[in-house]
Order: sequence, then structure tokens, then C-alpha cells
Amino acid sequence: MRINTAYTLFGLLSVCLAGAVITSCRGIEPITPSTGNEVTGGSEAGEVKGFFLLNEGNMGSNKATLDYFDYATGVYTRNIFAERNPGVALELGDVGNDLGIYGGRLYAVINCSNLVEVMDVETARHIAEIPLPNCRYITFDGGYAYVSSYAGAVELDPEYRRGYVAKIDTVTMQVVDTCGVGYQPEEMAVVDGRLYVANSGGYMAPDYDLTVSVIDLATFEVCNEIEVAPNLHQVKIGGDGMLYISSRGDYYGHQSSTWVVDPSTDEVVRELQLLQNSDMAVYGDSLYVISHSWSNVSLDYSTGYAVFDTREGITVTRNFVTDGTEEEITTPYCIAVNPSNGDIFLTDAKDHVTPGRIHCYGQDGVRKWSATTGDIPAHIVFTRKQLKSLDEI
Amino acid sequence: MALALAAMLAGSCFFAASAQDRDSTAISEEKNWASDTTLSIDEVMVVATRTSQEVVPVQMLSGEKLRSLGTHSIADAIRYFSGVQIKDFGGIGGLKSINVRSLGSQHVGVFYDGVELGNAQNGIVDLGRFSLDNMESVSLYNGQKSATLQSAKDYASANAVYLRTKKPRFTDGKRNNWNIGLKGGSFMTVNPSVLWEHKISDRLSLSASTEFLYTTGRYKFTYAKQDGYDTTGVRQNGDVRMTRAEVALFGDIEGGYWRAKVYFYDSERGYPGAVVRGKFVHQDRQWDDNFFAQGSFKKDFAPWYSLQISGKYAYDYLHYLADPRLDVTAMYVDNRYRQQEAYLSAAHRFKPLRWWTLSLATDFQWNSLDADLRDFVYPLRYAGYGAAATAFEFGGLKLSASLLYTYIHDVLRASDAEMDDRHQLSPAVIASWKPFRDIDLELRAFYKKNYRMPTFNDLYYTFTGASWLEPEETVQYDFGATWHLIRSRGRFRGLDIQADVYFNQIDNKIIAMPTSNQFRWTMMNLGYVEILGVDAAAQGYFRFGPVDVSPRVNYTFQRARDLTDPTSEWYGGQVAYIPLHSCSVTLGAAYSSWSFNYSFIYTGERYESSANIPENYAQPWYTHDISLTKSFLFNGWELQATALVNNILNQQYEVVKCYPMPGTNFMIKVNFIL
Repeated sequence: MRINTAYTLFGLLSVCLAGAVITSCRGIEPITPSTGNEVTGGSEAGEVKGFFLLNEGNMGSNKATLDYFDYATGVYTRNIFAERNPGVALELGDVGNDLGIYGGRLYAVINCSNLVEVMDVETARHIAEIPLPNCRYITFDGGYAYVSSYAGAVELDPEYRRGYVAKIDTVTMQVVDTCGVGYQPEEMAVVDGRLYVANSGGYMAPDYDLTVSVIDLATFEVCNEIEVAPNLHQVKIGGDGMLYISSRGDYYGHQSSTWVVDPSTDEVVRELQLLQNSDMAVYGDSLYVISHSWSNVSLDYSTGYAVFDTREGITVTRNFVTDGTEEEITTPYCIAVNPSNGDIFLTDAKDHVTPGRIHCYGQDGVRKWSATTGDIPAHIVFTRKQLKSLDEI
Repeated sequence: MALALAAMLAGSCFFAASAQDRDSTAISEEKNWASDTTLSIDEVMVVATRTSQEVVPVQMLSGEKLRSLGTHSIADAIRYFSGVQIKDFGGIGGLKSINVRSLGSQHVGVFYDGVELGNAQNGIVDLGRFSLDNMESVSLYNGQKSATLQSAKDYASANAVYLRTKKPRFTDGKRNNWNIGLKGGSFMTVNPSVLWEHKISDRLSLSASTEFLYTTGRYKFTYAKQDGYDTTGVRQNGDVRMTRAEVALFGDIEGGYWRAKVYFYDSERGYPGAVVRGKFVHQDRQWDDNFFAQGSFKKDFAPWYSLQISGKYAYDYLHYLADPRLDVTAMYVDNRYRQQEAYLSAAHRFKPLRWWTLSLATDFQWNSLDADLRDFVYPLRYAGYGAAATAFEFGGLKLSASLLYTYIHDVLRASDAEMDDRHQLSPAVIASWKPFRDIDLELRAFYKKNYRMPTFNDLYYTFTGASWLEPEETVQYDFGATWHLIRSRGRFRGLDIQADVYFNQIDNKIIAMPTSNQFRWTMMNLGYVEILGVDAAAQGYFRFGPVDVSPRVNYTFQRARDLTDPTSEWYGGQVAYIPLHSCSVTLGAAYSSWSFNYSFIYTGERYESSANIPENYAQPWYTHDISLTKSFLFNGWELQATALVNNILNQQYEVVKCYPMPGTNFMIKVNFIL
């Protein structure tokens, strides 16, 4: 009797297991499709038809993804790259660090994949892949793309290693020249044939770099170095023609802040004190600055959503959100403003390991809509050409 | 193919017959696996005792079974236990850490011959480092081991793995035993080993063992998508060169024993790293040196009083190098970490009445960490553990309760900051009941609350460390049953079944949170997780004519919900990398000098993040492994030859995203036993 029970039990367990194996046989995995959600009503698209958003994805997880928002339909679509490019091995790559549009092409700088992915802006289909070790940011001028890279050659001490800027011909997609700059260069901006490169020195903490390297694009050589502040990050050109440069600070005495450099004299004009800076965007005479920093003293984050008037030189508000919805934002990460209608886009990176959110605010600071993004939504570029749907390509 | 194998397996369970346990009693062949009745306190005896005598859930693999399941390390074997996830970064050299009942790797204490292996730096023991070569048994205890004479640290983790090395045994007249082995196979692996056991006197014996391992760690892997890309690469920079040496003394005294051991491990390995688009090859390297010396003494001074003393000194050195001269994309990192640990424990057991036991244990531990990091604070930790426990036994009812007090005092040698002392109380209550006299059915339950202290990395790692962290708290509730059946004749010889339902809570879970950008993270007490689980295991023993067959089935269900943030869109999502269902099956068959083992592991679908969305979906994976051993007896010596084939279906799978696992691989092992 008991023996039978034993046999039966074993039999049952084995059958269950056999069942589990049969039902769960692995096939080849399908490509993860995009997911589209109508987040707002469709609207008369102005000059700007929509935007692309690059999600960084955590380092080592190969989870950089691309999203697209379409004004005409009001649809926010997550993860569009994989299904449009099934032949690109391992999808978009590891850590998306910058996004740009130039000459009908969409460029995504994929930092830990050491490449720039070049796509058609109307289809998001792969055109070319430009290998560039430890590439960070991209900007364009006169038919060339300029990409900053941490990976300069090691000279004597491997700890102190300068970065460089690569000059890429946007017709041939080849690197045609390089120019050494400071340590761990980040964002760049072009003013009057000169490229301003913010150097961070992020690999040498706490001995951060303090400088902006200025490259003369005619000779592609460094023509000046401007000492600004430790751990520089972003460079934006304000409505007043000045350069607005963010410093991440050194996490000790120096807080993150925003600096103004006059490109006509290459002099530091002023520091916008009390304007901590995680990300910024320019819209007309307004400079939108968001900040999110952890304090080991108060054991809390301090968060700001400021607007600085570049013409008047004053901070207009430290919180442009007027409907109280900023309370729902955990980790403000990226800001962008639609140049044609002034829509403000704010992303929330949450805990960095689950998908984030994007929120759209009107110029009145009232939230219009929200959508779920990929992991670490970080870089937005507005497009003047509507992305074709999957059936059209 | 998978289907055919499963059917074969299912079939074999029906017609298979008879066995003697080759599993839980391998340590003492003379002892029938089911004959033992009392839970002996002697550590050595505990191993020989049928594991079901424990009142907490325990699983054990030992002897030949252990070696037939694991090709390289302890981690390979532990995968077959219920309730366990091994985080495996692939290959022989990749980190393999164990997560029991979803409480996290840092809640698993790993004990080597009775003394805990520490890692004050990150709290994780890499089980891939521990060889199966000289291992006698591996056991996993949920809650805590419930021996009445044990150190305070035996009470101090939520789950514990006990690794026990071989104790020398000499057949009549022999004074020396030799076991010379050579293993080799896939990934260009070469692994020679020597074990020498020497009988110094009737009461004193010595065991010395050493091994060397080299592997290139290279294997092919494939990533493919339906109607999409299909790319193949070779895993690189996964090479390992390792030397291990161990010398142990085993002494018997009246009413007790003493042990002493010296352990040395030296290795160099590459970090194979994540496989991502544009980067298949990494260059980071790591060098490790581990040394420890430990000893223990146990004596029953009177029928009512026993004493156990143990102590240890350990030194661990780690050097990590990422060199941009080898790969321009790398950030230069060149750091050396040195840890030291000193440990002393005294445990007393009083038995005032036949049915009543009282135990007291006090442990002291000292840890230090030096690292050539900038602005490093050079922490020292003084920890005191005090445990009081009592156990009652009335007929079929066993009750025990324990209370552990933990005191932590950290000193920062390179900082003026004063750290607050920490005090914690961890209670546990365990009960078991055998309701019937003639049916070997036992019901059990336990409750345990335990704390994990933040590690040195959590607290003091330059930039990310957060000295204000609170300990992580775990609460476990478990209800289970075991049932044993023994037959002395016929085809069916026995059956062990155990099943447990449990509910766990983890509060103040320490997780890394980004500060303002990807460069800066900090540790926070943020997480709250609830786990509802079922562990079930069945082991059968059959004898079919001259063939012994022993099938074993393990099943695990775990609903681990991340309840950290109620406002999150992903609130309540299944915790990353925890499958809802997983199971393993092993089937051992022995005939004369031949023995065969088949094993199967299935890990169900999982998500790589608590956001359970298609982007994070991970397919189930399963592997089939087989091994065949033949022994040849010559005049006075024995030759054992084993051939193993792992992942025979060549499944391309990952345990951790971006870390591909090896496809089909093989190994040949030859041992000369003298």
C-alpha cells in the first residue's frame, strides 16, 4: 500500500516535471516588440513632429533603448530600435549617452558599446556604425560630426589619460581627424567655428579637471583652455549667445553649479550660484535647469526645477512646475524644451533599474501627459520629420 | 530531445527498483542509512546522522553523489537543493554566489569545517572557489542548525551552508591513504590533485591535500533572435590559475576530539565581463590570496556538561587591475584590498534532565580592511555574539528556542568620525512533532528573526558607502513535514520526502541607489520584500536485481514580491532573477563497479528586474548532465575513471543577463586510490 503510494508520488512528480519541460521548451527568442500608448490627443503638428528619447540603461546590461513620441497621433512608443533593426546584433547596445539629428540622420552615441549608431531619421533604420572607444557626446557643424571620447592614448601614467574629440565626415561616416583635449571630455558646443569641450576628469576623482578646451575647427587644434570649475559636464548656448556650462562639483566642498563663459573673450563671466545643475535646456531667453543631488549631511535629496532668464540675468523661478506634480518625480534626470511650442519634457529615472517616466508640461507649468519610458530616460532630440510607422518602411 | 529525456526519466521512476542510500551515509558505510536514531552533538556524527533528525529543513549531498553532481565546485552541487538560486556569471572562474529562499546572498552563512568563512568587505562568499576534491558533504540549513552545542555564529545567519572536508579513515592495518587525481576537459581545463592521509597514532591522524587548476575559460556562445540576428562569439578573459593546499590534524580524546587546519588558496583570474553590443572581450584581472588557520576542541566533561571551543585567524588579499594599456575603453583601476579576521568561540551545553538541554555560546570576532583607495577610512570591526538556547524533548515533540545578541563596534582608523555601536537581538523558535509512533512522519515549524549587518563596502566604500545604514532585517516563518519509509527487502527500499511552506520578509533591505548620475550611487535602507515559497524534495531508493537506483527530485516555488515603493508602477513585481518555478532531478544508478548519474536542472522564466515587462523577460533554461564512473580494483589499489558530459543539449542560456553560460562541455577524471 505504502509502496504504491511511493511509486505514485514519484510518478506524479516525474510527470509534472516532464510536463514542465515539454510546455516550456525553448525556441529562439522573438525580438521584443515596441509598445505604443496614446498618451495625449493627436494635435496639429507644428514644425516639430515629435521627438526621440534615448534611454541609457544600466552599465553592463545592454539595455539602451530608443523611444519615439509623435505629436500628430499623441502616441508614445517605447523601444522602437529592436523591431526596426532585427539584423543588428544585440540591439542598440550598452549605455546610450547622447542623441543628435543632422542631415536626415539620427545619431545615438552608445558609450559602453564604443560606437555611434547612425540611423535614418524617418525610419530609425540602421545605416552605419562608427566605432569610437568610450564615446560620450556628439555635436555637428559644417558637414562633420564631433564626438568626445574618454579613450585617449595612455602616455606615462595610466591614471592621467587625456580624452579626445573625433571629427567624423557625415557623408563617409569615417573618422577623419582627432584632437586631444582635457581629461574625460563630455558635452561640446560650436560657436563661430570654435568647438568648446567641457572636460570632467571623472576618472581622477577627487582631482577633477577644471577646464574647457577650445578647438579651432579650421585647424582642428586646441587654441585655448579656459579654467572654469571641477568636473564639468554640459555646454549649452544661451539665447544671449553666452555659453552655459554645468559643473557636477567634486562631491566635497564644491557643489554642482552653473557657469557662464563669454565665447567672444573666452572668459568666465559669472557663476550662477545656488543653481545646482543635473541637466539643462535652452528655450528662447530661458535656461531650464534641473537639479537632484544627495546630501550626506541632511541624508536627503535636494531637487530643483529652475528657470534662469539669460537676458535679465536672474533666476525667474526655482520650481517651474505649478500644479504640484513634481512630488511624483523621484529622480529628475533630463529636461528638454520643444523649440517650436515650448512644451517642457522632464524625465524621471526612478531607481535606475526599472523603467522611468517622461512628463510633458506646458509653459504654464501644468502637466499635460506622462508616459513610461525605458530604463534611465536621458537624452531627447526633437525631429522635424515624422517617423514612419513600421508598416510604411 | 528534451522531451525524450524527460519521458525516459519519468519512466525510470516507475520501473526502477531498490537501493541503498548512496547519499546521506556515504561517510559511514557500515551504518545503515535509516538505522540511526538520535541526533548526536558531535559534528562528525551529525554528518553521519540521517539529516532528517534535524528539526529545521536541511538538505545534504555527500560522498560520491556530491562528486557526481558537481564537476568543478561546490556551487555546481548546491544548485540541486530546493529553495536555492545560484547567481552564476559563467565558466569556471565566474563568481557563483548562493541565494537561499530569496533572502539574498549576504544572508547565507558559509561554514568550512564548522567555522564561518567571512568576508567583512562585501559579505559574499564565492562558492565557485571551493573544490569538491576533498569535500565530504555539503548541507544547507534553513533558519539555523539546531545542534545543541554550537557557536553563536551558527545562530547568526538566516540560512547556512556547511561544507565538511573528509576525515581520514583507515582500514585495518593501513597507515597511509593516497588519492591522486587528474581531471581535464573542456575550456582547456587541467586539474591535478593529491590527497594524503596518514595515521600518526590511534588517536591522531593527518590529512594533507593540494590541487592545481588551470583553465582558459574559453567557450563558444551564441545570441540569436527569431528572424533576426544570429551572432556567435568566444568567451574570453575567463582564464583561471589556482592552487589550493590544506593540512589538517584530527585528534581524538576521551569524550571528545580536537581538530586543527591550515588552508591556503592562491589564484589569478580574468574577469570575462558582460557581453554587450560592441564589447565581447574584457581585460580586467584579479589576484587572490586566502589563508586561514583554524582549530576546534570538543569534550563531554560530564553527562550533563559539554564544551566546544573554536578559533580562527584569516588573511585575505585581493588585487584588482583594469588596465587601459590593454584596452583603451577601460578606466584605470589598480586596487589592493587586505582583510584580516580573528575569531574565538566558546560554547557550553548543560543537560540538567534527560529531556532538557541548555546551551550558551559566546563568540568574539575582529575584522580589519585595508585598501589603497583614495580617502579610505580603514575600518576595524569588533563584534561580539552571545547566544542562549534551550531545547526540550517530550516523546515525539521537540521544542527549542534561542536568542542571539549581536554587538558591533566599528572604528575608523583614518577618520575622526565616531561610529555608533550597534545592538541587535535575534530570536528563533523551532518545533517539531512526530504524531505517530510507527509512521516516520514529522511535522515542523520555525520562526526566526535575523539581522545582516551592513558590510564594510556598504558603509565605508569611498564615495558610495553610507555610514548611517541600518542592518537588514529578515523574518522567516516555516511549516513543513518530512516522511520516511524504509523497506529492507524487495525492489523498493526507501523514500524520503520533505516539503516546506514558508513566508519571509526582508525589511530595510540595503540597495544601491543612484544619487544624481550614473557615476554616483549610494547605499540606502530602502527595500521591502515578501516571499512566499514552497520547497519540496523527494529521494527514493530502489534495488533492481544487482542495480541500485536512487532518483531525487527537488522543486521550488517562490513568489518574491518587491513591495518597496507603493507608488511605483512596478510595485509587487517578482524580484529580479527569482523564477516562480524551478526544479532539479537526479538519477543515480550503480551496478557492480559501474555507476551512472543523470541530472537535470530547470529554472523557470524570470525577469531581470522587478519591472516584469517583456523587455526584462528571461526565458527558462534547463540543462541535462550525465556521468559514468567505473572502478578497477588491482592488488591493493584502485583506479576510478569518470567521464562527464554537461549541458548535453548544448542549450545557449544565461543565468545573469549578458553573461552567457557554456554549451555542451565534457570532463574526464582519473583517480588512483592507494
